[in-house]
Amino acid sequence: MIPTKKEWMDALARRHGAALQKRFSAASVAVCGLGGLGSNIATALARAGVGRLILVDFDRVDLSNLHRQQYKAQQIGRRKTDALAENLLEIAPYAKIDSIPAQITEENCVQLLAGADVVCEAFDDARAKAMLTNQVLTAMPDTYLVAASGMAGLGSANAIRTKKITNRFYLCGDRVSDAEAVGGLLSSRVMVCAAHQAHMVLRILAGKYEV
Amino acid sequence: MVKINGTEKELAGMTLSAYLATTDYDPGQIAVERNGEIVPKARYSQVVLQEGDNLEVVSFVGGG
Repeated sequence: MIPTKKEWMDALARRHGAALQKRFSAASVAVCGLGGLGSNIATALARAGVGRLILVDFDRVDLSNLHRQQYKAQQIGRRKTDALAENLLEIAPYAKIDSIPAQITEENCVQLLAGADVVCEAFDDARAKAMLTNQVLTAMPDTYLVAASGMAGLGSANAIRTKKITNRFYLCGDRVSDAEAVGGLLSSRVMVCAAHQAHMVLRILAGKYEV
Repeated sequence: MVKINGTEKELAGMTLSAYLATTDYDPGQIAVERNGEIVPKARYSQVVLQEGDNLEVVSFVGGG
């Protein structure tokens, strides 16, 4: 039996405090890339009661994703935007989720992400990470960006940090552990980085801008 | 002196793109912060580094 929307919102307000929950509920957050980072970031933000999530990914769920991404075996082959939206709505039935099954480019970035208070860069590819970072920070003057670099391998979880680079740009990760160079990504370390990103998003929404 | 990623260097008068050409950074994988703002990529060749500038080159690695 799924609780009513009022019961749901009352429960969140009891957990987070009414004022903070109001901020979370009013917010729009875009998650760009729905892999190990993005699927975990979106899960954390949906649980926290962020009002609207914009999910962007052009890819489909693959067997090689399941060791670290928040999908299920039966979802292999489905669009990640559809599969994740389904999973998030099982967790948080009153979240508003906008799925964009597209590849973000320099040209379409501003249009696709319009209305987001915060953008999470959660891509796998280093060039795509840099492209999104440069576009959001130079073409979307009112938007915050929380990006990630360096979370592969078995290095210490404590090496993953959040750094504030500018007033609107936060970077999470150890900044050096390249997935190809260190040989793959582990669920736990990717989740640490995703949690850093999701937590920084919630801090920004709460008006706490320091790391 | 110009401070780049925490290290002071004698780079005043040099353009940002000229400095980057002396490094191993892949231009397609970086974002550059200068005095608190991100430098648009189209301006790398016009930005002349000034005495006292503080820069951070963020070089992304793959994985996510």
